[in-house]
Amino acid sequence: MSGRSRFLPYLLLAPSVLFLAALFVVPLVETIAISFSDNGAPTLDHYRRMAGDLNFWPAVKNTFLLVVTVVPLQVAIALGMASMLQKLPRGRDLVLWIWTIPLGVSDLAAGLVWLALLQERGYLNSALAALGLIDGPTQWLTYETPGTLFVGILLAEVWRATAIVFIILVAGLQLIPKEYREAAEIFGASPWTTFRRITLPLLKPSLQTALILRTVLAFEVFAVVYAIAGRNFPVLVGEAYVWQRDNQAYGVAAAYAVLIVVISLAATVVYLRVLRSRTEERS
Amino acid sequence: MNAISRLTVAGLAGLAAALAFVPAYAQQQDVVFLSTQLRPIEEAQKVREVILKGFPGKVTYLVEEPPQFDVRMRAEGQAGRRTVSLAGALHGELSALQPSGDLQAIDDIAAKVKDRGIPANLMELGRFGTGKQVYIPWMQATYIMVANKKALQYLPPGADIDSLTYDQLEAWGKAMTDKAGKRLIGFPAGPKGLMPRFFEGYLYPSFTGGVVTTFRSPEAEQMWTKFAALWKYVTPNSTSYDFMQEPLMGEEVWVAFDHVARVKEALVQMPQDFVTFPAPAGPKGRGYMPVIAGLAIPTGAPNRDGAVALIEHLTKPQTQIVTAAEVGFFPVVKAELPADLSPGIKLIASAVAKTQNAPDALPALLPVGLADKGGEFNKVYFDAFQRIVLRGEPVKEVLEAQAGVLKGIMEATKAPCWAPDKPSQGACPVQ
Repeated sequence: MSGRSRFLPYLLLAPSVLFLAALFVVPLVETIAISFSDNGAPTLDHYRRMAGDLNFWPAVKNTFLLVVTVVPLQVAIALGMASMLQKLPRGRDLVLWIWTIPLGVSDLAAGLVWLALLQERGYLNSALAALGLIDGPTQWLTYETPGTLFVGILLAEVWRATAIVFIILVAGLQLIPKEYREAAEIFGASPWTTFRRITLPLLKPSLQTALILRTVLAFEVFAVVYAIAGRNFPVLVGEAYVWQRDNQAYGVAAAYAVLIVVISLAATVVYLRVLRSRTEERS
Repeated sequence: MNAISRLTVAGLAGLAAALAFVPAYAQQQDVVFLSTQLRPIEEAQKVREVILKGFPGKVTYLVEEPPQFDVRMRAEGQAGRRTVSLAGALHGELSALQPSGDLQAIDDIAAKVKDRGIPANLMELGRFGTGKQVYIPWMQATYIMVANKKALQYLPPGADIDSLTYDQLEAWGKAMTDKAGKRLIGFPAGPKGLMPRFFEGYLYPSFTGGVVTTFRSPEAEQMWTKFAALWKYVTPNSTSYDFMQEPLMGEEVWVAFDHVARVKEALVQMPQDFVTFPAPAGPKGRGYMPVIAGLAIPTGAPNRDGAVALIEHLTKPQTQIVTAAEVGFFPVVKAELPADLSPGIKLIASAVAKTQNAPDALPALLPVGLADKGGEFNKVYFDAFQRIVLRGEPVKEVLEAQAGVLKGIMEATKAPCWAPDKPSQGACPVQ
């Protein structure tokens, strides 16, 4: 009986481990192999071609630009939303439900929704024209208007993916015992001090999770950008897709994939180090 | 534990069932016909209900986007379990499958359809320079220009729309921009647009008389400078256009260039609003690119006899005429188109005829012998366009750099030159 219970956890874990190994580790190893070989011979050619391509540096720049603007913005907005939700005496579930609607929308669909809003004959232009602010259809999303194009993508990404950060933070906030805040109130701490000294430190584990999740996903941004900007705004995953699908150069596509994995892993390590929570430090 | 492992077993069983389902529809007696062409649901229905009508056997007509088609054909070959008996795809898509041995030689069928009158040069394309017939030409199309009738008043004086030059197109664009207040020429330069074909089949042949050999010639430099000037009157939305029919119908553009299949909806729905005409001519002639779709039989096809019979059916003059009337792809065999074509199809047919019969017509073939490097070949031209026209980089420098890439592709594939480049011994040289 005791022998059985010792193996039971492993037995239970085995299917998921096997599943992940088969569908994640194997393809990952194969992708790395493809990126470093050409007809069986080892080579760095695919990486050279990737780095030498006209869209490589724009893609790197655009991807990082999106990450460093979208993620902080989303965390700030989600923190605000989560704190406000805490204060609601009633109707919390309804607000929570409405705020998380974008979670249920696929990213390509979200991109298409924003395209419909922002394109030349979209709702934004109709509204602006009705208000007399523009004369006729104005183009916001072309290669000639990189600024508004970027803002468009930013809006869509913030709209689409803030909810996931928000959900994680709401869960984190609910884990913080009320007594801390009540004690702070009794000692006359201002709301801002309470937030800074109590909420934020205790929220760290949730923040860490949210940040890792969102940053990794932001580095993988694709469908929204593809729908709104097409090839006007190259990003890393988009380039991987183009090399795989259009250029049929699987080695270069694999090189992009490996690069994205490396960047995501690096970001995760940075977060784990910077945001290490106190309990972890002690143990 | 039991509940969980039961769930796992159920999940695995579901997965297995899903996998097992894939070949289940491929009944022995069916001919599974997989095509990258005629994909939209209405066109696929036309194939099933009209074009395949009268064929004695049972056909399962399936469509797949080109990349998925490629993956499926290779995967079935590698797995040794072929479900597809007949593959219908563009020349370039089939040529990518030839080196992997996924297509079988069909010289016997070539002999069978000899009396159809398929031109020798088209049959030649179907051999990919291997000496063995790999596909039988199925239907053809090309690219045309479409203009909204509102644009005609701005045509430069003295210009004949059926024999425009690139200079006149630029002047026309300028007049429209000046008078109508916006840029109204459009090109399909979006992610799925066919813009590279414009460079390979139209611009380069018209200005340099070649595609590969003349890539960085002085004529090519002038050509890019000229095209950058024309681009000033092209709507910047062009880099988002995949198909020109929607912007034409929505009047976002008044003058557009695209593949006939990608402007067809506009012409069929609003034939009274549009005129069609050949692409412009440059100093070396009126370059144009005939597009060929072919029928090939995969290696290990489960129903070769059915596929042979289907090829015979599809290449019958009567079937070819029906195909033209229903979906706007034109016969590869000798066949008279009926006079009662719908107005939209008639618009296409007239522009195609005017293109082919233009006195300065300069046919530029689809790339031959590039195998799976077709995508990278397109990228050379599109990158040159992006760098020179969209990013304003110096022409000569860009052409030098891109010529190096092009040379690499030609040498790796050892593809000999194709028209309009002069025939070469060995790989087509970039001069």
